[in-house]
Amino acid sequence: MSEILEYKSRLTDPASRKFETFSYLPPMTKAEIRRQVEYIVARGWNPAIEHTEPEHAGGAYWYMWKLPMFGETSVDRILAEAEACHRANPRDHVRLIGYDNRRQTQGAAMVIYRAKGG
Amino acid sequence: MGAVKETPAAGASRGYSAGVKEYRQTYWEPGYQVKDTDLLACFKITPQPGVPREEAAAAVAAESSTGTWTTVWTDLLTDLEYYKGRAYRIEDVPGDDSCFYAFVAYPIDLFEEGSVVNVFTSLVGNVFGFKAIRALRLEDVRFPIAYVKTCGGPPHGIQVERDKMNKYGRPLLGCTIKPKLGLSAKNYGRAVYECLRGGLDFTKDDENVNSQPFMRWRDRFGYVMEAVKKAETETGEKKGHYLNVTAPTPEEMYKRAEYARSLGAPIIMHDYLTGGFCANTGLANWCRENGVLLHIHRAMHAVIDRNPYHGIHFRVLVKALRLSGGDHLHTGTVVGKLEGDREATLGWIDLLRDRCIKEDRSRGIFFDQDWGSMPGALAVASGGIHVWHMPALLAIFGDDAVFQFGGGTLGHPWGNAAGASANRVALEACVRARNEGRNVEQVGKAILTEAARSAPELKVAMETWKEIKFEFDVVDKLDAAKAAA
Repeated sequence: MSEILEYKSRLTDPASRKFETFSYLPPMTKAEIRRQVEYIVARGWNPAIEHTEPEHAGGAYWYMWKLPMFGETSVDRILAEAEACHRANPRDHVRLIGYDNRRQTQGAAMVIYRAKGG
Repeated sequence: MGAVKETPAAGASRGYSAGVKEYRQTYWEPGYQVKDTDLLACFKITPQPGVPREEAAAAVAAESSTGTWTTVWTDLLTDLEYYKGRAYRIEDVPGDDSCFYAFVAYPIDLFEEGSVVNVFTSLVGNVFGFKAIRALRLEDVRFPIAYVKTCGGPPHGIQVERDKMNKYGRPLLGCTIKPKLGLSAKNYGRAVYECLRGGLDFTKDDENVNSQPFMRWRDRFGYVMEAVKKAETETGEKKGHYLNVTAPTPEEMYKRAEYARSLGAPIIMHDYLTGGFCANTGLANWCRENGVLLHIHRAMHAVIDRNPYHGIHFRVLVKALRLSGGDHLHTGTVVGKLEGDREATLGWIDLLRDRCIKEDRSRGIFFDQDWGSMPGALAVASGGIHVWHMPALLAIFGDDAVFQFGGGTLGHPWGNAAGASANRVALEACVRARNEGRNVEQVGKAILTEAARSAPELKVAMETWKEIKFEFDVVDKLDAAKAAA
């Protein structure tokens, strides 16, 4: 068996913070994010963008970027809003949500821009 | 019954005539139109030789409702036509002549509102020891919506749990702490902390961890909650540990639950069959009032549900739990070390989670079941599963489930945190692939291999458990599937 590796995670290291779904995978490429947006649209969910300062990421409520994009099916427009949110808040984490209004839950939620050093 | 019975004179029902009469005269009504408010049951009956099907079916209906072995004069003081259960249909069991299905309708007034205890005391009471039948199995029960509305059900349900725990778009991950028995409280908390910091959402007390001399419950609760809180701060994610409050007495159970709440525990746990429906329903009510999630274990279920001819099918135990209350229920894994047929499992996880489930004999579901507004509960897949099972688990269970890897986390060569991280990476890789439209069961190996390139913990886990499979035939197959084979 291979040499034992230490599991690197520290209270003092902001890089140890995770963000639920997909935060244990390497950051997604643009093409990979696009496929997740396509999934949200294909399921008929309402896309939404949220952002927060890294130090306040723990609460239930992040800042909404405008309003959820009800009925929006253009993957390009959804990605453009995410990009716009990121440009306007370059020091924030930005997450993509797919609201499933039928089941009253979020069918998908993932951080797609992680703040540098946060 | 049968040869020992006298047939009373016609019209005897008008007056009191002591003695024994055939059950079918009173309790077999093939033309009966079931009411929306009736509670319906399907029994699989294996009669003693020589007992006609109608008589056996009627006997079951009688003994599980108003009847007893002989006529009594007080029968005439009430309206038995209104209160009696009726056998109304008989069907062949596919491919098996030794038994048959009997459908029985019970008027809703026979059951105390909100009492799973009372329903099962009637339906699976004395009748299961009845001499005229060789074996008896309760296959399914249709609870009318009118009765469902009298029960509390899951204290929170799937959506509320997702919000409270901030887990969306994926199944949750758990782990039962091992060894099952013998760890001190502080060492036990260490195992919890390592699992949670590595990426699991939950850890779990084993079912037989209650409050033994080597680890009293109060010590365990304290260390475990310190572990949960540190892992939450460290990862920034919500975490929990199912603190088992199953106890010798209800008073003791509530005491432990109160202490768990005082420490800020988001979830506690109960064994609903060994603890009993009375304790479970009470604890579910407590959880609803106190905002604490409730994880339900099912020790003893296989004693009740594994024999294909006698006992209670697990789908009925699932319905009992959904009515009594629980936010999680163990449902088997299909792929792990414990018994569970795939189609049958799909049937009962629908019954646990969905709002309205249609009759589907290919999944063993005999009735439409409408739960109305009652919340659903998460299915828990636990027992002998490891990273290689992840693609199949996601395909079978979808998102509304907790996958619990005990040995599959703690047995990692680099320890619990690495094991947890391996499972989390594997899960997220499968979810991402599923969302991308890939068939995760077919290309599971490629997905995991790809993910392992940037996750050494996963690579080692895959090497460690490559050869472990649990491919034994199931004992309790669906009757339809047996006939087809």
